[in-house]
Amino acid sequence: MSLDRGLGGPLRVINLGLQVFADDLRAAGVPVVQVDWRPPAGGDPALVALLARLEDDED
Amino acid sequence: MGIREANAEALRRIVDAEPVLVDCIPAADALGLEPRVVLHAGPPIAWEAMCPTLQAAVIGALRHERWAASAEDAARAAAGGDIRFEPCHHRGAVGPMTGMITRSMPVLVVENRAAGNRAHATINEGLGKVLRFGASDASVLARLAWLQQEAGPLLGRALRASGGIALRPLMAQALTMGDEMHQRNVAASSLLLRALLPSLVRAGSGEALARVVEFIAGNDQFFLNVAMAVGKAATDPAAGVAGSTLVTTMARNGTEFGIRVAGCGDRWFTAPVNTPAGLYFPGFSAADANPDMGDSAIVETIGLGGMAMAASPAAARFVGAGGLEEALAVTEEMREIAAGEHPHFRIVTQRDRGAPVGIDVRRVVTTLVTPVINTGIAGRTPGTGQVGAGTVRAPIACFTAALEALATARQSAGQGVAR
Repeated sequence: MSLDRGLGGPLRVINLGLQVFADDLRAAGVPVVQVDWRPPAGGDPALVALLARLEDDED
Repeated sequence: MGIREANAEALRRIVDAEPVLVDCIPAADALGLEPRVVLHAGPPIAWEAMCPTLQAAVIGALRHERWAASAEDAARAAAGGDIRFEPCHHRGAVGPMTGMITRSMPVLVVENRAAGNRAHATINEGLGKVLRFGASDASVLARLAWLQQEAGPLLGRALRASGGIALRPLMAQALTMGDEMHQRNVAASSLLLRALLPSLVRAGSGEALARVVEFIAGNDQFFLNVAMAVGKAATDPAAGVAGSTLVTTMARNGTEFGIRVAGCGDRWFTAPVNTPAGLYFPGFSAADANPDMGDSAIVETIGLGGMAMAASPAAARFVGAGGLEEALAVTEEMREIAAGEHPHFRIVTQRDRGAPVGIDVRRVVTTLVTPVINTGIAGRTPGTGQVGAGTVRAPIACFTAALEALATARQSAGQGVAR
C-alpha cells in the first residue's frame, strides 16, 4: 500500500527524534529529513524547571 | 548582571588570557606551601577515601620530602592526621594524575598578563614509573631529587633570563601542528624547547645542561603540565563572575570528579568518578585501569584536549577514539555544550573554526552531552605507572548539582523576576 494514499500528493517527511522512524521511511522510498532532537534534560521535569529558571535574559 | 552578560564576561576572561611562562621555583616559595602539606589532584579528599594509587603517591611524596623514613612510616603519618591534604586548585596550582605537590618540588610559573594572576604546575616527570601515576621506587625518588636540585633551578634561571615565553601563540601553533595538548604534546613540547634553548644554554653548562635538555627532548608530554597551568591561569579570573553558568574547573582525585562554575566561585560539585576507556600498553587491559584522576581536565575547560579532538586525529588514534572522522564528530558534539569558539585556538580540519570553549552547565544538562576528556590511564595497582590512554566522560551528576545551585543563587539574588 502506498504511503501517499489519502494525502493528496507525494509524502515528504521531517522526522524529529528517533532515527529509526526515518530509517524505515527511507527504506520505503520516502524522502526524509532527520532532525537530531531529544527532549531537554531527557524529559526530566525537575531539571526542565531548573533550566527554565536559568534562561538567558532578554537583554 | 544577567546570565547572558555574565557568560560573555566569563568567556571573555578565559579566551583573552595572555599566558607567559615566566619562572620555575620551589613550591614553598611560589605557593607558600608549609611543611607536612601535600597537594593532590581533584576536589578535596581525606586519606581514607583515596584510591590505593593516590595513597601510594602520597607515600612517595612524604619520602621525597624526608617527612617519613619508610613507606610504613609515611602511611602511618598520613592516616594519623600528621599530614594536611589540600587540592592543588586551592593553592593556585594544578597537578596531573595524582597531582602531588610538596614544598620542595619546583613548579613552573605561568603569568596571565591580561588579568595579572599566576598559576603553577610541577615539571612533567616523563613516562614509565613516575610519582604522578603512584610509583615511588628508588628511580622515582632519584628523579624527583634531580628535578629539585638541578633541573628546576636551571629552568628557573633560563626562564627569568628569557623574560618569559609567550604561550598563547605557541599553543595556537601547536594546535595547527596536530596537538590537542592533553594526550598529544609533541609539537608544543618541541616548540617550547626551541624557545627555551638559547636561555638554557646561557644559564647552564656541561653535563648538567645536557641532562636537562635531554630530559625535555625525551618527553613528548613535557608541555602537558605547562598547558595545565595555562588552563588554570586562564580560568581563575572567570571564577566568581556572578550569574555565569560556565565551568571554570574540572578535576578528579581517583574517587570523585569535581567541577566548579564561575557563578558559584570556589564551590565544588562532585560525583563518583568514571573509569576511562581506551587502549592499553602491551600486557595491560581494562582490568588494570584506575578510575579517572588528575587536574589535567583543566585543558578541556579552555577548549583543548577532548574539546579539540578534531585538531588531533593522531591523539584520537592514541586514545582509541578512532581516526579523523571520529575526531571531527567529538569536537562537533562538544560544540553543543560550549558557549563559544576560541578566537585564538583554531582547528584546521574544521575550516579554521575556533575550538569549542566555555562549557555551559545549562547546555550540558539540556543535551545530557557531557564533556569528553582525553586522559592517561593509571594502573590501579600502586607502583605500576601508566597502563594506557583513553577518553572519559565527566559525570552528569556534577552538572545537575551545579544547575540546582545556580538556580538557587539566581533566585536569592532576585534576578530574572522582572522582565
